[in-house]
Amino acid sequence: MSAERIFDIRNLHVTFDTPDGRINAVRGVDMHVNAGETVAVVGESGSGKSQVMMAAMGLLASNGRAEGAVSYRGQELIGLPKNRLNRIRGAKITMIFQEPMTSLDPLYTIERQISEPIMVHGGLSPSAARRKALELLKLVHIPDPERRLKSYPHELSGGQRQRVMIAMALANDPDLLIADEPTTALDVTIQAEILRLLAELQKKLGMAILFITHDLGIVEAFADRVYVMQSGEVVEEGTTRQIFTRPAKDYTKMLLAAEPEGSKPPVQDDSPVLLDAKGVSVTFTAGGGFLSRSAFELKAVQDVTLSLRAGQTIGIVGESGSGKSTLGRAILQLLPSDGRVVYQSVPIQGLDRAGMRPYRKNLQMVFQDPYGSLSPRMTVGEIVTEGLLVHEPQLSARERDEAAIKALKEVGLDPIARNRFPHEFSGGQRQRIAIARAVILKPTVIVLDEPTSALDRSIQKQIINLLRQIQKSYGLSYIFISHDLAVVRALADYTIVMRTGRVVEEGPTEEVFRTPKSDYTRALMQAAFNLKEVLSRQAVAPA
Amino acid sequence: MLAYVLRRLFGAIPTLFVIITLSFFLMRIAPGGPFDRERALEAKVLENLNRVFHLDRPLWEQYLYYLGNLARGDLGPSFIYRDFSVQQLLGSGLPISIQLGASALLLALLIGSVLGTIAALRQNSWIDYGVTAVATFGITVPNFVVAPLLSLIFGVWLSLLPAGGWGNGGPANMLLPVITLALPQVAIIARLIRGSMIEALRSDHVRTARAYGLPARMVVIVHAMRAACLPVVSYLGPAAAALLTGSVVVETIFGLPGIGRYFVQGALNRDYTLVMGTVIIIAVFVVVFNLIVDLLYAALDPRVRYD
Amino acid sequence: MTDIATNTPELAAGTAVKGRSLWATALMRLRRNKAAMVSLLILILYIFAGISGPMLSPHHYATVYPEYVRVPASLEAYPRAEEIIPQAESVLTRTRLQIDAIEVNGNTLHVEASSEREIDPRMTRYLERSDIFSNVRIVETSGDSRSVVMEADVERLRFLFGTDANGRDLLARILVSIRISLMIGALATGVALIIGVAWGATAGFLGGRVDNVMMRVVDVLYALPFTFFAILLVVFFGRNVVLMFVAVGAVEWLDMARIVRGQTISLRRREFVQAAEALGVSSGGILRRHIIPNTLGPVIIYMTLLIPKVILLESFLSFLGLGVQEPLTSLGVLISEGARNMRSAPYMLIYPSIALTLLLFSLNFLGDGLRDALDPRDR
Repeated sequence: MSAERIFDIRNLHVTFDTPDGRINAVRGVDMHVNAGETVAVVGESGSGKSQVMMAAMGLLASNGRAEGAVSYRGQELIGLPKNRLNRIRGAKITMIFQEPMTSLDPLYTIERQISEPIMVHGGLSPSAARRKALELLKLVHIPDPERRLKSYPHELSGGQRQRVMIAMALANDPDLLIADEPTTALDVTIQAEILRLLAELQKKLGMAILFITHDLGIVEAFADRVYVMQSGEVVEEGTTRQIFTRPAKDYTKMLLAAEPEGSKPPVQDDSPVLLDAKGVSVTFTAGGGFLSRSAFELKAVQDVTLSLRAGQTIGIVGESGSGKSTLGRAILQLLPSDGRVVYQSVPIQGLDRAGMRPYRKNLQMVFQDPYGSLSPRMTVGEIVTEGLLVHEPQLSARERDEAAIKALKEVGLDPIARNRFPHEFSGGQRQRIAIARAVILKPTVIVLDEPTSALDRSIQKQIINLLRQIQKSYGLSYIFISHDLAVVRALADYTIVMRTGRVVEEGPTEEVFRTPKSDYTRALMQAAFNLKEVLSRQAVAPA
Repeated sequence: MLAYVLRRLFGAIPTLFVIITLSFFLMRIAPGGPFDRERALEAKVLENLNRVFHLDRPLWEQYLYYLGNLARGDLGPSFIYRDFSVQQLLGSGLPISIQLGASALLLALLIGSVLGTIAALRQNSWIDYGVTAVATFGITVPNFVVAPLLSLIFGVWLSLLPAGGWGNGGPANMLLPVITLALPQVAIIARLIRGSMIEALRSDHVRTARAYGLPARMVVIVHAMRAACLPVVSYLGPAAAALLTGSVVVETIFGLPGIGRYFVQGALNRDYTLVMGTVIIIAVFVVVFNLIVDLLYAALDPRVRYD
Repeated sequence: MTDIATNTPELAAGTAVKGRSLWATALMRLRRNKAAMVSLLILILYIFAGISGPMLSPHHYATVYPEYVRVPASLEAYPRAEEIIPQAESVLTRTRLQIDAIEVNGNTLHVEASSEREIDPRMTRYLERSDIFSNVRIVETSGDSRSVVMEADVERLRFLFGTDANGRDLLARILVSIRISLMIGALATGVALIIGVAWGATAGFLGGRVDNVMMRVVDVLYALPFTFFAILLVVFFGRNVVLMFVAVGAVEWLDMARIVRGQTISLRRREFVQAAEALGVSSGGILRRHIIPNTLGPVIIYMTLLIPKVILLESFLSFLGLGVQEPLTSLGVLISEGARNMRSAPYMLIYPSIALTLLLFSLNFLGDGLRDALDPRDR
């Protein structure tokens, strides 16, 4: 392999001027990419990994400023006039972004968006550009490419849009492809397909790839060399093997150790059934306004049965649209649903707001989005004790405050937090607040809806440990909903796999993960735990 | 698409019907009548007048009678301008109001979008602050202040332009009224464009266009501008309907024979048919322009479908 | 979809500060906005002028000075010094006295007069009858009563902004107009707020068919031209200031209803409301603790922008002659009078126009500043 350096970043600084002061997002970063190699930049949110690339490509927001040197084959990019920079961007160096939903212009066809850079850089005629675009869509295995040329982005799925982005990126035979978290917004099986496509295309076309991600699994399977970033600086660099087998820095070790681990032993068979749900179905009707008749029905959950025993954790796994979150809400009677739900031999199915109130104390819920689930204008103390107002109205303000102090300590927060507002806390801290809000009522069952999905791995691990510890000290039962198989494997003793509203497979966690019976579960497992093998296989067109 | 247009137009009939009914009865319930001012009228003459205009009939009968005439396209005679029918009054005034309003709208679109785009491209520069200040000025200063001041400065003090009058629609006569009408629209359009343009320039797909080395002009015109136009298009519907149906203030101050004046005069004099005629014209304009805007929006944004 | 946390630096800064609510942050941002702070200052001056201005002003807004119709604005007092003596002389000719000496000393007129016959002291009434002179007194009478020394106070009036076509002080009229405008602004906005929030929150919170019907009503009202509505209301209830508030408020609540409805609907979908439902909080509790506090921001922003709109609408109606009744006045009435007299007395147009524009300007700037402070994404 030639070791020609094609992309070289030296002592790069990026600063942002905000109304609340200057932020140093990147502080003296050095990196390089050799021709044809795959380099990963890994780091948690806020580490500045994306801003390095934005600065290098002249794409910083208007309040951002880059200092230092970035060169492509000896050509300095920082401070280069836009018209000369434009000869390199989109031709020699191309990019793929995280959000396939918004990265394409919603107002133009796929054909036009792929053709534009071809025409601008290659000087091709519109008809020649069209032929090239068609060729590219075939290259990225988009089904029915002729028809797709005429489609608009909103008519494509997330995975297809990301394929279109890749087609655009390859149009002018780039030297370097910068991929900024290209699969983060996608389901694991789609993620595996996209990564496989990238690996295949790299082999075929020989460009270098600079891959930005927070996911160490991808790095291990995909990259030759790794840079680890933390708060705007590169803390460690080396070959993938080096980093994964002999990490030198504590931060890298911590990241590697942040993969969820451990498992939960199953509960005794004679453990009492707390919550029993039979044949739960949820149907949404969309459209159908005041005067129009055209309503269509979406069967989000179809005929799901589960029973939760005391001390048990049931993991519900599925990709987006599988109905797992809807199921969680339906069991708690937060959505109208059909079926039969029994809590401690009391049927609670179909109870109204007032009828459900006595049971809400025992059946709690924690939501995915730690930014959205806390009322922004209430103090943390008010948020945590709101449930007490409903269920233990006899408590005085002082007793409530004491309960809040105790609950916050329990979730590992300084009780001083109760006088502050949610926006002053980080994602992990907010999720702790949300857990405190549930725990303060001393419930028996908590439905956890993707409680760790919006968090960095290292924070995730802390939350998982917290959930374990609380479960142990109160003998709680959990219904743990997640798309993340690793987390479910660590927390749940029974696993249900869902797809498009139906249960595909279920059983004790160990069994489901070791010997998955259905093809779908197997594909999920492969994509999540054995990415390397998936990538080595020949890429094929998706079904 | 034709089916969609027809469906929308038919769908507007109930709304128009409600508006006509509401206006008719509200107007009639209001105290006073069209001939109150003419105290000198003898009882006999008044009785005759009431009979001629069917005011001696029960209200519901008058309502049905009006609807019947309306169905035949007859808006009835004016109660105050007794020699004219409402059609004639509106027919002579409307072209003038439309001419003024359309000129103002075009002028405002041109200047407003240029100012807004420049401000967005140079966000937080002195140009941006200048445009924002001008826009605030345009929105803030009411037209009944602008109109007499313009007339005073250019018509009276400097004697550059006629201080008022229509003069068969010569450009000199139209200039001041059009500026008065356009000023607030310039301000609103500039603000809308600036805001949506800034948002568009920050959007991910514009970042993509930049990352792919498209020339700056292409990024702005092709990828940012089209998205930035959408809010302006939605705004234009009601704005065009309001502008084209005339402005009382501008017509009064510059002494122009548009239909804006009829509305206020008609309401004050209880000229029932004239007011009804104006209300119908305005409502029809609102309906038609909302439809045009929706069609335009669908043409600009492929995510919107005729439903 | 996975939501990757961003803005860590901001959060780190946030944790260092103790308990800063979103409101406190907004206030801090507002203080940094110079245009908004200047506007606030101007607004306070206006409020002061509106409340106590008419009391402090030397002239009552309804007092008519027939001698001073349409006198231009000036710092000098009327009558001008050089006009007093001719005025006095012309009055005194009617007394058929021989004027020996006449002079003005500050605000006192000093006249020495004589006659061939005995002077009747009642002749001072001639002077009294003129509006300029008052408190006419005879200081000295000669033994034979054939010559007198009189003194009279000269009433010198200042019309800083001039007078209108009826000879009323424009400054006093502008001050009372400001009072009316601010009152209308506050009260009509209040009316619009109450109707709009109640209507929008009900529609948004109940949803479904109720929402559909309620919003249909709003749509139909939108299609009615608002001037028609306002004119009808004025025609119905007569020209009454209080009813003007109601009429203007009743016209302007539609936008507020839409905003509040939209907010309520989007808030209902937010996870913190679902979290409250999962806690078993009642509808009332959700409305009180979660929905209303969060709609407050947009409502306040809209309210500050509604006040100038309402003031403008009132002025517009007044301009058309549908507003408050004489002798009470409003800025719209003054501007309309000014427009009619602009050739002979341009100041009658200019001062009220400046007063209105400045008021609207500062309200708009303050509203914009408040919006930027509460919702700083845009700038």
